[in-house]
Amino acid sequence: MSAVKRGYLRPIDFKQGRVEMSHGSGGRAMAQLIDELFLEAFDNDWLRQLNDQACFAVTTGRMVIATDSHVVAPLFFPGGDIGCLSVHGTVNDVAMSGARPLYLSASFILEEGFPLSDLQRIVISMAEASREAGVPIVTGDTKVVEQGKADGVFITTTGVGVVPDGVNISGERARPGDRVLVSGTLGDHGVAILSFRENLAFETSIRSDTAALHRLVARMLEAVPDLHCLRDPTRGGLATTLNEFARQSSVGIRLHEKAIPVKREVAAACELLGLDPLYVANEGKLVAICARQDTDRLLEAMRSHPLGADAAVVGEVVEDPHHFVQLQTAFGGWRIVDWLSGEQLPRIC
Amino acid sequence: MRYVDEFRDGELARRIAGRIETEARTGRDYNLMEFCGGHTHAISRYGIADLLPPNIRMIHGPGCPVCVLPIGRIDNAIELAAQHKVTLCTYADTMRVPASDRSSLLKARARGADIRMIYSAADALRLALEQPEREVVFFAIGFETTTPPTALVIQEAAKLALPNFSVFCNHVLTPAAISSILESPQVRDIGAVPIHGFVGPAHVSCVIGSQPYEYFAEEYQRPVVIAGFEPLDVMQAIWMLVRQLNDGRAQVENEFTRAVTRDGNVRAKQLVADVFELRRSFEWRGLGEVPYSALRINARYARFDAEQRYGIGYRSVPDNKACECGAILRGAKQPRDCKLFGTVCTPENPMGSCMVSSEGACAAWYTYGRFRDASRAEVSQITTADST
Amino acid sequence: MCLAIPALVVERRDGDAAVIELDGVRKEISLALVPDTQVGDYVIVHVGYALTRLDPAEAQRTLELFAQIDTHGSAA
Repeated sequence: MSAVKRGYLRPIDFKQGRVEMSHGSGGRAMAQLIDELFLEAFDNDWLRQLNDQACFAVTTGRMVIATDSHVVAPLFFPGGDIGCLSVHGTVNDVAMSGARPLYLSASFILEEGFPLSDLQRIVISMAEASREAGVPIVTGDTKVVEQGKADGVFITTTGVGVVPDGVNISGERARPGDRVLVSGTLGDHGVAILSFRENLAFETSIRSDTAALHRLVARMLEAVPDLHCLRDPTRGGLATTLNEFARQSSVGIRLHEKAIPVKREVAAACELLGLDPLYVANEGKLVAICARQDTDRLLEAMRSHPLGADAAVVGEVVEDPHHFVQLQTAFGGWRIVDWLSGEQLPRIC
Repeated sequence: MRYVDEFRDGELARRIAGRIETEARTGRDYNLMEFCGGHTHAISRYGIADLLPPNIRMIHGPGCPVCVLPIGRIDNAIELAAQHKVTLCTYADTMRVPASDRSSLLKARARGADIRMIYSAADALRLALEQPEREVVFFAIGFETTTPPTALVIQEAAKLALPNFSVFCNHVLTPAAISSILESPQVRDIGAVPIHGFVGPAHVSCVIGSQPYEYFAEEYQRPVVIAGFEPLDVMQAIWMLVRQLNDGRAQVENEFTRAVTRDGNVRAKQLVADVFELRRSFEWRGLGEVPYSALRINARYARFDAEQRYGIGYRSVPDNKACECGAILRGAKQPRDCKLFGTVCTPENPMGSCMVSSEGACAAWYTYGRFRDASRAEVSQITTADST
Repeated sequence: MCLAIPALVVERRDGDAAVIELDGVRKEISLALVPDTQVGDYVIVHVGYALTRLDPAEAQRTLELFAQIDTHGSAA
């Protein structure tokens, strides 16, 4: 009889191995993947209990829950990857209500054949992002689908948080006279992604701005507890977010092109591709609307935080029965900044 | 950005606007047609109309090659991808153009056709080289600016004797389109829509030079000023046209001297002549059949002609009966004169050529200008009171 | 005719390939239509090809024309 140790399990080969259907079937292979990859990386009290759910005490007051699916391609890009993006994205969604993010869940849909080395890289990135943000991933799920049915990996994260008393942030609270602020330069993430995609290769030093914004939000709320609106301009960019606010609040918004911060290279990349930075996605920026008298205090608070160093006042809220978002161009004329039509596709003409 | 930012300076814009205001004579109209998608875009994006006096009217001509692509040609492109199962490489602009049966290239892709968006003709050639098992077809569109690159890739494909590459050619010609507008009944009869002058296209002129426009100035007695792509170029060109009209001149002037010469890019023109020949006639969406207005691949490079390789037959498909694109393209009507504008026909759901691309007259008006109808008074309050 | 932008040629590569730079963004394009272009020239780029070189002297002259204070003109 061979002298094989009882209970010996050969460790997963993360260097050469690939995702197989058995990793999602609920059996030994799946348990091993969870143990050697997810638990190893995320490691916390809840996960160590190995339950299908995580239990935590509930505070009184208002709670917030938000969820986001991540299907970004490419999976790895300058400044980040789908892993940290999925943590930042949901932490931010929770934070945009003014809530303090508490816990995250993460579910994975893996494509059969996906390299385990990439999966490990992604999971480690998620773990780092979660640790840095101080928001643990306390429960999760894994499924595997046949080759061709998923782009490598899809990740869905859900987050819960608690809203402090006195904070009442909502898209329908913008009022004429309010001011519109952004926390920094626009378009970085979208251009970083496009720079990596097939057929649009160019060499730039533009990196995704993906970041968790909850501490910046906390600092903003310390200075101005009665913040009216807050949102992170992801898909569809600043233009889409402002059109959403205008519609929800039944107001108009006026922007000033000269005031909108855009990095030189991002502007140049947009020129080359025929994109408008106002519509390009951001993953580490926020838009805030506050009462006029709170503007200076809010701006100072934002600029005092590293993620708000380039914060700027970019416009104001006005009466407008048409709910238009208008832009005063650097050139002097005015135009409207409309909802996005379809996907923003690079133009030739 | 060098040679870009200086040409967008707001202070200089105000000075040129001042000159235009002073010299535009009250009591007469100046109807100026700009004939370049890039100019339509610049006028909209920078709000140039706000800086012009009300008796100067900018008319958007058929300067967008995507807009004037007829439904039947998009149907052909879909046919290539969906039925002949080629890998169709296209510029992004064509993806949403509506075709027959409410289809489009985007919708065909969603249904499984292999349609790829590319930035440059060279990308299509590279794909064919890297994947010899695929039949690759490049959906070539554009005026004279985009034609030389297509000529280059066809010559390259011939040099490499590539068996799996061909081009579906829809290149069209600027002078023919201008003639078609000037010949049309609405424009010929003074009293219908007089077009007094033309802002000549920027980058087409880099290739063809300023010489081809001399015919129009002479024959139809209309001034042409070739303008650069930036907003200051456009404004300066408008000023130069106002001056010509006031003086009763009808000359070709070049505002874009930093990039356009009388002869243009001779090498590019030679390349095009080597690969292409004139079609006797070609349908333009909104304008109907226009003689000698388009190119096809000549006999020497016939094996790279997708129309021949795949036996593509053309079927003309008319636009919606209520669509006023034809009249709008000629300057005879404005977008808001069209019953479909803004209701049935929107950028999300374009019915005709003027709404299809963001440079089409209707799309530009819808996206940038419709608030002028709604709140012109409010805007002038804003611009005078605000100094942020 | 449409989307085209002036950019600086910073490097020539094999054959007609070259690298242009626009405010820190670099992209490889083809000089096949203007083969005599040198590093340091500005070109107008459209769909991955340089269409023509930009003439700096003419550019300067054009800017001066814009700025000209006209005898009867006044700033708006």
